[in-house]
Amino acid sequence: MYRYTDFDAAFVAERNRQFRAQVERRINGSLTEDEFKPLRLMNGLYLQLHAYMLRVAIPYGTLSGSQMRQLAYIADRWDKGYGHFTTRQNIQFNWPKLRDVPDMLDALAEVQMHAIQTSGNTIRNVTADHFAGAAADEIADPRPVAELIRQWSTDHPEFQFLPRKFKIAVSGSENDRAVLRAHDVAVQIVEQDGEIGYRIFVGGGLGRTPMIGKVLRDFLPEADLLPYLEAVVSVWNLLGRRDNKYKARIKITVHEHGISEISRLVEDRFAVLRPAFSGIDQALFDTIKADFAAPDFAHRDSADFDRAYDRDPVFRAWADTNLSDHRIPGYAIAQISLKAHGATPGDATSSQMRVLADLAERYGHDELRISHEQNVVLPHVHKADLPQIHTILKAHGLATANIGKISDIIACPGMDYCALATARSIPVAQKIATRFDALKLEHEIGDLKIKISGCINACGHHHVGHIGILGLDRAGVETYQITLGGDATQDAALGDRTGPGFGYDEIVPAIERLIGTYLDLRGDAQETFLQTYRRIGMAPFKSALYDSETRVAAE
Amino acid sequence: MPKAFTPKVVTANALLEGDVVYLSEDDRWVRRLNEAELLTDEAHADLRLIEAQARHAEVVGAYLADVKPGPNGPEPTHFREDFRRTGPSNHAHGKQAEAS
Repeated sequence: MYRYTDFDAAFVAERNRQFRAQVERRINGSLTEDEFKPLRLMNGLYLQLHAYMLRVAIPYGTLSGSQMRQLAYIADRWDKGYGHFTTRQNIQFNWPKLRDVPDMLDALAEVQMHAIQTSGNTIRNVTADHFAGAAADEIADPRPVAELIRQWSTDHPEFQFLPRKFKIAVSGSENDRAVLRAHDVAVQIVEQDGEIGYRIFVGGGLGRTPMIGKVLRDFLPEADLLPYLEAVVSVWNLLGRRDNKYKARIKITVHEHGISEISRLVEDRFAVLRPAFSGIDQALFDTIKADFAAPDFAHRDSADFDRAYDRDPVFRAWADTNLSDHRIPGYAIAQISLKAHGATPGDATSSQMRVLADLAERYGHDELRISHEQNVVLPHVHKADLPQIHTILKAHGLATANIGKISDIIACPGMDYCALATARSIPVAQKIATRFDALKLEHEIGDLKIKISGCINACGHHHVGHIGILGLDRAGVETYQITLGGDATQDAALGDRTGPGFGYDEIVPAIERLIGTYLDLRGDAQETFLQTYRRIGMAPFKSALYDSETRVAAE
Repeated sequence: MPKAFTPKVVTANALLEGDVVYLSEDDRWVRRLNEAELLTDEAHADLRLIEAQARHAEVVGAYLADVKPGPNGPEPTHFREDFRRTGPSNHAHGKQAEAS
């Protein structure tokens, strides 16, 4: 894993010292809120519905055991004993006191973490495939690329006051687990004629104007990455709409000017910038790559795994659902669900965080990942250790076998926490998960992505959910719109709206009718909800949702 | 015909804790909505908001929120203010924890 250099550590320490003084000046009245707000946002501190919220970056979703343990300590010492993992591979603390935040930032710095650029109109936390460095289908580990981008973008003087926030994702696989095409810019590692390079996407994003990113460069040589990204962001920094925040994101710039014109402007700018990058960025890249050297994988017998798999149906269900192929034979990638039925998606208690830290240190080469789907990943575990890992997970409420299933729901904090939200998300997710657990249909339904947002900003990625749910305020009442057919993978697609929304008490029965229709109409048990929707279209689902006779029958 | 004035309270978030507060008739920032000053006159409400906004060393983001009079004081008319009055629905945190 990447280790801070002396420069990194000094930079973060100085930044924290500045912020401590700024907080003090706000408290003693020297700074007004208008003066203080941009300063706190630069350090990840929001004021939400009920309290402050501190958003901490987990760059490319990678954590060590000691870092996870420190998050647990922060949750206990200055918050309410839990943290919330987000779709941007951040962790949010929902109840900090203003006076405590500088101490929290210092505690983060002790384990080489920070909250810089987790807010504001700047380049945000760089995200990556949560299977980075472990996936069987990976061309190269995307984390060194993400770390290089992080170092380039952190406190970049030209990019601190962009037209709007700017989100970058990196993947090293053809199979997209990082929602590349919903990002302002995405970097996909590709191989062409034996040479590693990058496919660059631009102009994706969700929110009130959802768009799928377009290919800006099909193949970019490795050495050109930073000057090319700098060209993209600087072109947008000039062209981006500052007159209207709703039209400021680069997706609108690309839409208004066209991908050809953006490409021409970027290439022109790139030609100017390229000579300024003398190669020191590539020397740095080589150093960073060394920091992400693969662990020393052991070659061991997997018989313990096979025995447990044959004898224990609970372990078998968990293994079938939560494990993925590792690039090293005998190893597996284990996803730890933070979606126990009825729990808040993405929440982990401090004791659960400590368990995860212990597991990483004992069995996982001291590595953890946070997925954009709000789960935790042990990327490198030997199969022989999985029965013991599963036993420990079970004892701490972390062994739910539902990865990729109907209860593995992405849900933004919604109106339970967020000042921007127009309706709640969390209780809707809780009710859906509880309902389908009670029906014992989860594994019969198979792979299904439900994603819920509590407002049009779409932090819950509802546009790319197979079933998307958007909470809105309709004349003072919580109302939920449904979309179908969204896809967050390499076949990215935006969902189609079904029709009028449903009330808070109507949304779970509506989802139940959708699922009943799918189970009735799927070709066979292997055909997923998304495949069925693509085959038969909206009409039968719309009928199930809105046909009064169907509704009466369902009730 | 001018639109009838809906009763209001002045509400904000406390500077240090961030939690929801309301302005009382005797100029205190109180934590419970039913202790807030019920504002039924538009001019008076505007004045109270200006006074609240000037107290920026105590609170953040003061605004007027719609309420209705109830038997025990002001009550919310919109679900957002109802959630602000209580706290999140997934954990018994915030005001509901303090009240219990």
